[in-house]
Amino acid sequence: MEARDFYLLAPEISMAGIAVLVILADLFIERKSLLAPLATVLLGIPLGFTIVLWGEQDAAFNGFFIVDNYAIFFKLLFIGVAAMAAMASQSAASRFPRFQGEYYALVLFATSGLMLLAATGELLTIYVSLELSTLSAIALVTFFKDERSTEAGAKYLVLSGVSSGLMIYGMAFIFGFTGETELGAIASAVASVDLLAQPGLLIGIVLLVAGFGFKISAFPFQMWVPDVYQGAPTPVTAFLSVASKAAGFALLIRVFYAAFPDLVLDWSMLFAVLAVITMTVGNLTAMFQQDIKRLLAYSAVAHAGYILIGVAAVAARAADGEALGLQGVLFYLGGYAFTNLLAFFVVIAVDHRLRSNEIDDYAGLGKRAPLLAALLAVSLISLTGLPPTVGFWGKLYVFNAAVNADLVWLAVAGGINSTISAYYYLRVVKTMYLSPAESEEPVTAAPTMAAPLLITAAGVLFFGFAPSFLLDFAVSALRGFPV
Amino acid sequence: MLTATVFIPAAAALFILLFVKDDRHIRWTALAATTAVLVLGLIVWAGIDLDASEPQWVERHTWLSALKVQYFLGVDGLSAPLLALTGLLGVGAVLVSGGVTNRVKEFFIWLLLLETGILGVFVSLDLLLFFLFWEVELIPMYMLITIWGSGRKEYSAMKFLLYTAGSSALMLAGFLVIFFSTGTFDMIELRDTPFTTALLTAEGVFFLLLAAFAVKLPVWPFHTWLPDAHTDAPTAASVMLAGVMLKMGGYAILRLNVSLFPEVTANWAWLLATLAVVNVLYGAVMVFRQRDIKRLIAYSSVSHMGFVLLGVASLHHIGLTGAALQMFTHGTITGLLFMLAGYVYEKAHTRHIPDLGGLAGRMPVLAVAFVAAGFAAVGLPSMSGFVAEVLVFIGSFEAYREATILAIVGVFLSAGYILWTVRRIFFGPEQRRFASISDATLTEAIPLAGMLAAIFIVGIYPALVTDYFDAGLAPIMNILEAAS
Repeated sequence: MEARDFYLLAPEISMAGIAVLVILADLFIERKSLLAPLATVLLGIPLGFTIVLWGEQDAAFNGFFIVDNYAIFFKLLFIGVAAMAAMASQSAASRFPRFQGEYYALVLFATSGLMLLAATGELLTIYVSLELSTLSAIALVTFFKDERSTEAGAKYLVLSGVSSGLMIYGMAFIFGFTGETELGAIASAVASVDLLAQPGLLIGIVLLVAGFGFKISAFPFQMWVPDVYQGAPTPVTAFLSVASKAAGFALLIRVFYAAFPDLVLDWSMLFAVLAVITMTVGNLTAMFQQDIKRLLAYSAVAHAGYILIGVAAVAARAADGEALGLQGVLFYLGGYAFTNLLAFFVVIAVDHRLRSNEIDDYAGLGKRAPLLAALLAVSLISLTGLPPTVGFWGKLYVFNAAVNADLVWLAVAGGINSTISAYYYLRVVKTMYLSPAESEEPVTAAPTMAAPLLITAAGVLFFGFAPSFLLDFAVSALRGFPV
Repeated sequence: MLTATVFIPAAAALFILLFVKDDRHIRWTALAATTAVLVLGLIVWAGIDLDASEPQWVERHTWLSALKVQYFLGVDGLSAPLLALTGLLGVGAVLVSGGVTNRVKEFFIWLLLLETGILGVFVSLDLLLFFLFWEVELIPMYMLITIWGSGRKEYSAMKFLLYTAGSSALMLAGFLVIFFSTGTFDMIELRDTPFTTALLTAEGVFFLLLAAFAVKLPVWPFHTWLPDAHTDAPTAASVMLAGVMLKMGGYAILRLNVSLFPEVTANWAWLLATLAVVNVLYGAVMVFRQRDIKRLIAYSSVSHMGFVLLGVASLHHIGLTGAALQMFTHGTITGLLFMLAGYVYEKAHTRHIPDLGGLAGRMPVLAVAFVAAGFAAVGLPSMSGFVAEVLVFIGSFEAYREATILAIVGVFLSAGYILWTVRRIFFGPEQRRFASISDATLTEAIPLAGMLAAIFIVGIYPALVTDYFDAGLAPIMNILEAAS
């Protein structure tokens, strides 16, 4: 253990540090509304440490912790999402005057767990980081302490407990067969074994995938999503739907690349099938939702499916040395972060005034809140994947990768699913602009929502017109990957 | 130049959104923008060099280097007239929208954005850019139908959207296969780049693309969205939809299917010819069953688009020119018919044909225009429809004798239904409840006159357009001949 190890770990350490700072500040600050700006400003510290590390290619603590652009890409994403979620939490946080400091601190703790996840190179560290993020998230989900929120928390606790159990069971199998927990060492151990002769090892991998599947809300581990998304405070939902999912993908890809590089190719078909089922299930169930948060929850499941298309397409890498699939996944996650956050932020703003998440109550929003309605429409169009939004390019890149990987049918399936999704996304747009409103009273967003709304909307449109900035970022994030 | 042409409507939409409040000013801004597009479109057309085989007015910039996507605009003899046609119908669509009083601002914003999307399709020479513009047009059209439409407007709008979006997913898959087989999205470069069949056979890609374009054209049995959408859309949207959006399908078949996959096209031309005949006859027969004016025109569009497909299937240069001319003339004729249907509906408050009758005495101008448009649709000599149909039949007769004869039967049927319709709407005893009905006002008559002028000019001196189509189709013909 050297000093440099701590330098490499500085983003995570400082993230946990500012979480503690926020709790301490909570003791002294009377005006709790200052906590959100404080947390946001403090996020600059881990952000600074993260940016400084860009371009480093190193491992700390005997390879347990990896620093590369890939990890940093995700850390930047998480910090950004955390900052947005913190800013957007102010109106929701007024509903639980006590424990405000803890709320923001938990967001930061969860973020530090996710950051660790993106950078771990070892099974047990993965497990511990996962628990850090998940346990913080569970507490956040229950923060409203009403019936729904508590039920959501309980459900999340039990189901994530089960998935963690499966995962650590799988890790035990893998350790048992390879004698290693460090990903690189597992790879060399696996290389010398005939996998099919070792069904135990295969079981281990399957169980591990099951654990990741929970995190990314892929079929058949998507059951928890609607209830948790609906019950949780909306900023927490937004945070989970973007950051937690991105972390799941970061981990899935890292583990498969680093520990089972050969399997990536063999399992392309498995991921392709999972992708199709996940997006179809998500889209078909989303059509029947009356609650906007549930609708977005099922849409989040569907989007996990689209991203899995990119994962399935990593096989293309073998063909021509390009990592189109991974670029697609990273781009998609980046674009999806802006898009989905924007959608949830509008939901927060509307909920704050109307105290409702029913889609029917969005009727006439086009008149009552022209700007909010337009922003929600933009984000829904981006979720559908129509130009000129970032969502279009995200889909394009993953479909592109799929075609390149000789999975034309998968791209077609993705396209058809996008068409299905247009049905329910546009239904919301239609309700906002077409259905008569119950009252003419204008709905104005809380002033604190202005910044998060505008930043995310700017992201959706800016990268819709100039996707190359985000794509170049994703490409350079993959430089030197896999280690 | 092309950038200006394409983006003037979008810029005007943004300007209206941000600065223009008064309804009258909004209308004037929209009119100014669409007129500017028409003027620029005509300038572009006039500037086409008939001897050049390369696209002109080219603008080319790298856009996304990672995917080799270019911002590549250009026109040739094939696309320039369609560009100008879009400009003409754009002006017409604004002029016929005088009756729109509900949410005027949004209406014109969507209408202008729609025009940008359509213009972009005709000038894009990069597959991905083409796809992008193709998709841009979806949301505006959806909004126009669903908010300002009539009847089952929400159903029709959603149906339109799902059909188009679903089929364009196939198109995108096809484009990506092309990209990975050839390494480029550049349509001009693609003509000379051999297609390798590592990912999918050429047939596979051909049909992926054809499926998308067949929905748009529309080709039976993918046409069912069209009668619904056309009928329930507001007049301006119907004009754009029938006038130019269907042409996107025909244009794309010529530009992409035929010129990128000449052998496959030649092998499957019999299928296109068969579908064409089915289109012509099915559309014509369905027309007789319609009681709603707009639905009737919609089915006549299905029938007329069959001629386009037949011309394409002939793979003969006269036939191809005929197909292109049929697209152009049908744009003017059907655009005019939908305008007239819109006026009749606005004034008589019904489009149900059995309820109408004897309107000629009350609205002579509309009646005359309707009769003229009807004759043009039938293909009366001296009007543009005649030239186009004759060219198609000359082109296709040699290759598909039976199909051509059957298609000519379709012309007779159309003569029947048009005359019958005109009689039922405008002639017969005058009805008392239409006693106070008024004729078209001067402003309403202006777009009608413009469209009629276009129909007659092209009908009397078709070389004005066909020379350009000939020049634009020459490279495609060369490819076809090289392939066979």
